[in-house]
Amino acid sequence: MDNPQSTPVLELVGVSKSFGSVVALRTADLALHGGSIHALVGENGAGKSTLVKIMAGLYHRDSGTMDIDGHVVNFKTTAEAKAAGIAVIYQEPTLFPDLSVTENVFMGRQPLGKFRRIDRAAMRAEVVRLLAGLGVRIDPDRPADGLSIADQQIIEIAKAISLDARVLIMDEPTAALSGVEVERLFAVARSLRDQGRALLFISHRFDEVFDLCDTITVMRDGSYISTSPIATTSVAEIVRLMVGREVTTLFPKTVVPIGEPVLEVTSLTRPGVFSDVSFSVRAGEIVALAGLVGAGRSEVARAIFGVDPYTSGAVTVHGKRLPAHSTTAAMSAGIALVPEDRRRQGLVMNSTVSTNVTDAVRRNIDKLGFISKRQENAFAQSWARKLEVKTAALDSTAGTLSGGNQQKVVLAKWLASSPKVLIIDEPTRGIDVGTKAEVHRMMCELAGGGMAILMISSELPEVLGMADRVLVMHEGRLTADIPRATATPETVMFAATHAPEEVA
Amino acid sequence: MSTVSTEVVKTYSDYGRPLWRRILFTREMAIVVLLIVVLVVASIQLPRFATAITVTNLLLDVTPILLISLTMAPVMITGDIDLSVGSMVGLSSVVVGLLTHSGWSIPSAGLVAILVGAVGGMVNGLLVTRFGLPALAVTIGTLALYRGMAIGLLGTTAITGFDRTWTQLAKSKIGDTGIPSVMILFLILLAIFVVLLHFTSFGRGVYAIGLSKDAAAFSGIHVARTRVILFILSGAMSALAGVFYTLRFTTARGDNATGLELAVIAAVVLGGVSVFGGRGALHGVVAGVLLIGALSNALRLAGVTSDVINIITGVLLVLSVIAGSLMQWIQSRRVRPVTTTASA
Repeated sequence: MDNPQSTPVLELVGVSKSFGSVVALRTADLALHGGSIHALVGENGAGKSTLVKIMAGLYHRDSGTMDIDGHVVNFKTTAEAKAAGIAVIYQEPTLFPDLSVTENVFMGRQPLGKFRRIDRAAMRAEVVRLLAGLGVRIDPDRPADGLSIADQQIIEIAKAISLDARVLIMDEPTAALSGVEVERLFAVARSLRDQGRALLFISHRFDEVFDLCDTITVMRDGSYISTSPIATTSVAEIVRLMVGREVTTLFPKTVVPIGEPVLEVTSLTRPGVFSDVSFSVRAGEIVALAGLVGAGRSEVARAIFGVDPYTSGAVTVHGKRLPAHSTTAAMSAGIALVPEDRRRQGLVMNSTVSTNVTDAVRRNIDKLGFISKRQENAFAQSWARKLEVKTAALDSTAGTLSGGNQQKVVLAKWLASSPKVLIIDEPTRGIDVGTKAEVHRMMCELAGGGMAILMISSELPEVLGMADRVLVMHEGRLTADIPRATATPETVMFAATHAPEEVA
Repeated sequence: MSTVSTEVVKTYSDYGRPLWRRILFTREMAIVVLLIVVLVVASIQLPRFATAITVTNLLLDVTPILLISLTMAPVMITGDIDLSVGSMVGLSSVVVGLLTHSGWSIPSAGLVAILVGAVGGMVNGLLVTRFGLPALAVTIGTLALYRGMAIGLLGTTAITGFDRTWTQLAKSKIGDTGIPSVMILFLILLAIFVVLLHFTSFGRGVYAIGLSKDAAAFSGIHVARTRVILFILSGAMSALAGVFYTLRFTTARGDNATGLELAVIAAVVLGGVSVFGGRGALHGVVAGVLLIGALSNALRLAGVTSDVINIITGVLLVLSVIAGSLMQWIQSRRVRPVTTTASA
C-alpha cells in the first residue's frame, strides 16, 4: 500500500516544541502518505500527543517545517488545520450529548436552505449516506448521549469525512473499546485507507499496530527514532527502540532491611476501573506501580486512600482493615497520598504555603479545635526548612512557586503527618532534574527509616532505578510482579502492553 | 518523624508584607473605611443622623441581615449559596405565631422555629451534597418551597398580640445609648462565628473547600459534612432572625422578610466574600451590612427617594466588586516578579 516514492500528504521535519523550560519535542519527523495507515509509538512522555496537537493546530511549533502536499503550512487555529484536511479522532470524543447524531456531524456548519434556515432534510440525508459509507448502523436522529465510545468515534470519523479530511489522526482510539468494536473501527480504517486517505494510528497495543498498520514510526524523549515498514520489524525490535537508552545509575538506591508487610491490598475491585488487585508493601520497601496512563494505577491509589470507593476487596494497614471510602480512616491508620495532579489535588493553589503544609495535619496541631496563624506558621516553618522549599515567605500563595517547590510543599504536607505508608503518584512529574534527584534521595531515606512506599510512575528509569519490586498494571489488572533483579525495560513494557493471560 | 537531612538552616519570614500593609491594604479594610466615611459625613451633614433614635432604628433594621450574614458568609466561602434564608425567616415567623397562638411560650415556640430552620437547612445541605446539585438551584427551589409552606400554614392573615415582655425586649435599648439590646446577642454570635471561621480547623477547612474541593478532599477534610453543617447553621440562623423579626414588628406573617436573601447576599459580597468561594472575612461582612444600612438610612434622612437609594447601593455594590478584582489584578502583577526571583 505504502508508496515511499510519492509526495507525502503531510510531512513534518525537525519539529520542536518547548513549554517554558520543559522540552516536549526535540526533533520530530513524520511523513504520512495517502493510502497508508501509519503507526506512531513511544513511551508516555515521548512527545506523541504534543506532535498530534501541533498537527491539529492546537500548538504552534517552535521550529521545523510542516508541509501539506509539499507546501509549508502554519496553523494558528484548529479551524485552519481542519480546513487543510487534517482531522483528529481523540480517545474520548467530545460530542454534544443533547444534540442528535446528525446535528453533531454538522455542528457549526449546518447546510442552509431558503432564507438561511437550516436544511434539516439535506443534513439528515448526508449523515445517512456517510454512515452507510462507513458500513455502520447508527440512528441519525438519536441524541449522542448514551452512545458507546466506539459509536462516538465513528461519528467523529463521519464528521471528518464530511469535511473531506485527507489525514485522519487517531490518538489511542482503541483504549476504551471492546474486541468487536476494535474490529469495526479497523474495518472503517481500512476502507478509508483504500479511498486513498492517510491515517495515523497511535496505540500502545502492539498486536493492533501490527495487525492494522503498514508503517511504524518510533519516538523517544521527544525525538524521532526510526520509521520502518511493519513487515520488516518485530515487537521485540520496536520495544528496544522505544526504551532505547541505558537506564542510568542516577538513582541513589540504598539497600535497607525489608520488614513486615505494612500495607496489604486484597482483591480490590471497582467495576470498570480496576479489578482483583492484590499486593502488599513492606516496611522499608519501595514498590513501584508501573503501567501505561489509563491502566488504573492512580485509581487504585485513590481507593486505598479512601478518596474513591471500591465495591469489594480489602485494604489493611498492620493487619487492621480500613473502612472503604474514608480518607480520615486511611490518614489515621498512617497512609499518606501525594496525588498525581499537584495543582488540582495536592495543593490549594490560591492558599498560602503555610496553610498548605498544615492542611492535612491541622487536627493534630490544633488545641481543642482552636488554631492560630502563629501555630500554623511555626509548624510550616520547620517543614519548609526540612525540605528546603524555596519561597519568599510562608504566606506566598502556593501557585506562585515553581513546580519542584510545589511538589516539596505537597511532600512536606504529607511527611508532616508521619505516615507509615506513603503512596506517591508521579513523584517527579514536571519538576527539574535537580529537585528530582532530591526527591529520590528523600524517598530512599524515608524507606530507610522503615516507611512503606508505593510509588506510581510512568517513567521507566525512575521505576527501575528506585523500586525494590515492580508491579505492572494493564487495563485495570495487575499483570506482573517483578523483583528488582529481573526488572528490565523490556519485561516491564511487555507486561504493561499485554493482557494478563498472555503473560501467564 | 522522618529523617530528612537538614544541613541548610534557613528561616522563612512568616509574611511577605509588613503588618500594617497586611491590615490596611485589604478589601475588608476598604469597606470599613468607607463605612466610617459615610458615618462621619452623615453625622456632620444630617443633624438627625447622629441621634439615639436613628441609631436604634438603623440597628434594628439591619439586625436580621447582620444575623444571617454570619452564616451566609461561611456558606459562600465554601462556594455554595443559600437563597432560602428570606423564606425561612417567613416560615419561622409563622411557626412562632401559630405556636404562641395555641398557648406556647415565646422561648419554646422560638426553639421549635429554630429547629425547623435547622431541618430546612439540612434539607438544602443534603440535596446539595448527596445529589451533587448546585446550591443555587436547590435553594431557589426551597426559597419557593419554604415561602409556600409559610403562606400555606397561615394564609394571608397575620397573628399579632404576642407577650409584651418579649416584644418590648426585642425593641429595648441598652441604657440611653440607643443601641438595641439585641446587639448583645449579635455580638456573642459574632464572637462565636469569628472563632469558628478564623481560629479553628473547621474554619480552615471552609476556606480550603472554597478554593479547591479536590485538594480539600485529598487532605482529609470532610467536604460534604462541612457543607451540610453550614447549611444547617444557615437555616437555624435564619429562623432565629425570623423570631426576632416577628417580635420586633409584633406580627407573624407568611410574607415576612420577602426578598431579604438578596439584601444579605449583597451585603456579604460588598463585605469582600467572593461568590466563587475561598475568600472573605467576617469583619468585612459586618462592615458591608452596616455600610448598606447606614448609607440608605442617611440618604432617606436626606430626603432621597427609595428608588434612587436602590440605584446608589446597586452602583456601590458593582463598583466594589470591580474594585476587588482590580486590586487582585494589581497585586498579582506586583507579587509575581518578587517570588520568581526568590525561587529562581
